[in-house]
Amino acid sequence: MNRMDINVQWVFTSTALLGLASGMIGTFALLKKQSLIGDAMAHAALPGICIAFLLYGQKSLLLFLIGATCSGYIATICIQFIVKHTRVKEDAAIGIVLSVFFGLGIVLLTWINQHEGGNQSGIHDFLFGKAASLTGSDVNVLTVTAVTVIIMILIFFKEFKIITFDRAFAQGIGIPVSLLNGVLMFLIVSVVVIGLQAVGVVLMSALLITPALAARYWTEKLEWMTLLAGGFGALSGVAGAYISLIAYAPTGPLVIIFATVLFIFSFLFAPKRGLCSKMIRRHIERKKLQSQQLMYKRGEQL
Amino acid sequence: MNPLVVEQMTVAYDRQLVLENVSFSVPEGKLVGVIGPNGAGKSTLMKAMLNFIPRMHGHVFVYGQPYEKQRHLVGYVPQRNSVDWDFPTNALDVVLMGRYGHIGLWKRPRKEDIDMAMQCLDKVGMLPYAKRQISQLSGGQQQRVFLARALAQDASIYFMDEPFVGVDAATEKAIVQLLNELKTRGKTVLVVHHDLQTVRDYFDYVLLLNKRVIAFGETESVFTYDHIQKTYGGKVTFLSSTHIVG
Repeated sequence: MNRMDINVQWVFTSTALLGLASGMIGTFALLKKQSLIGDAMAHAALPGICIAFLLYGQKSLLLFLIGATCSGYIATICIQFIVKHTRVKEDAAIGIVLSVFFGLGIVLLTWINQHEGGNQSGIHDFLFGKAASLTGSDVNVLTVTAVTVIIMILIFFKEFKIITFDRAFAQGIGIPVSLLNGVLMFLIVSVVVIGLQAVGVVLMSALLITPALAARYWTEKLEWMTLLAGGFGALSGVAGAYISLIAYAPTGPLVIIFATVLFIFSFLFAPKRGLCSKMIRRHIERKKLQSQQLMYKRGEQL
Repeated sequence: MNPLVVEQMTVAYDRQLVLENVSFSVPEGKLVGVIGPNGAGKSTLMKAMLNFIPRMHGHVFVYGQPYEKQRHLVGYVPQRNSVDWDFPTNALDVVLMGRYGHIGLWKRPRKEDIDMAMQCLDKVGMLPYAKRQISQLSGGQQQRVFLARALAQDASIYFMDEPFVGVDAATEKAIVQLLNELKTRGKTVLVVHHDLQTVRDYFDYVLLLNKRVIAFGETESVFTYDHIQKTYGGKVTFLSSTHIVG
């Protein structure tokens, strides 16, 4: 086996792990009704990445992560400030902040591409993602972070479950809710940031939410939902990366198309919650009712 | 020593006073009804006692110690609509959450935790529904699951926020039975309550609240026409069924 093949294998492994971590942590983001947070974080990361590039002069995933985390953190502070000091609600505040940060990021990105020989820097890959551009050290950072996130979810599963379902009660029984909430947010941001290069700023949040949404159709247990969402995420990641490699297309859109196909399939064909099974159940019930009414009528006639 | 003492508690939202200088002291084994109009600060009182929202001033003592040290002795039953019942979990799982404080971080529930959760479900008549997805339960059944969860916590003092709202007759009866059982076991229970008609039947003590404590004491002596008028700002035109009929 030559070196190229090993590299490709590593790209697949790391995108699979990214999808797994993303789906698992996305389950909690979805159930906490904080789907938009991932979106805000991903968009807010762009100016941070650009500034890191301008300061350092070349691509470095670790520095980009630091830049992305800083600008994501500033965005969070802006959102909280708006919610606290104005009458603007959280969803609108997120909308405002993420578009402003994204706009700023695009301005910086354009400038870099025109001035700093940005076309060779590979920084534009961050917009729509390019799994093929992952280097050996990128793969290492991605793998270590994804595995850490997965381990953290396994360790704190019980605690994440209770603070997601009933925050007030959790606080009442002495669970350190604020701390755990902070940990959960940090894990969400970490996954978003490590996914930026492979999946892209624009679509990373969909890899967080879509697999979890699809998984919800198949099960009524949080444990299974988390695992299934992880599975769907991993599948989408690998499929997207594979097609992107052979078709020379950006990875992000392919990953999301694959995740969405899984979602639509779940929405239609899941055994209990799916649309088809609901329609079939309704049909059977209607038939039952009709035949009952027919029997009553016959009884009256007799 | 009284199990629950609140001293001069003041709470404000956005500089607006919601509770002003609230003080009372509850003897052991009493059922206390917390009564007052909408916006009187009943839920706020519970949340401030539990430290969910900051107090501007005042102290809460549980068996003589500050609440912060005695957290584990206080059980809380939030309003039913405070959670999303479409959460992917079943009734037994929710009740098991009452044991999380005992189980500790990282560890999984043990067999005795599960046994106890099952017993608590049984006490509220919900054992047959243990494995039922929580969105499939009726409003009354969901309320009973919440009560079972509080029981599983095995506390000495319970705060219940409007457990009787929107429940069927069977659940109301089950809750009253449970309250009495808790009382005979020496537990102290505070219940936010809305139905003035049943106050005399259900509670030993009442706390009449409208931002301040209007009156606190044994139901017999405190739950009077004057006090109720004062609590509701003279807006209660009916007082008893005889009043309406007569």
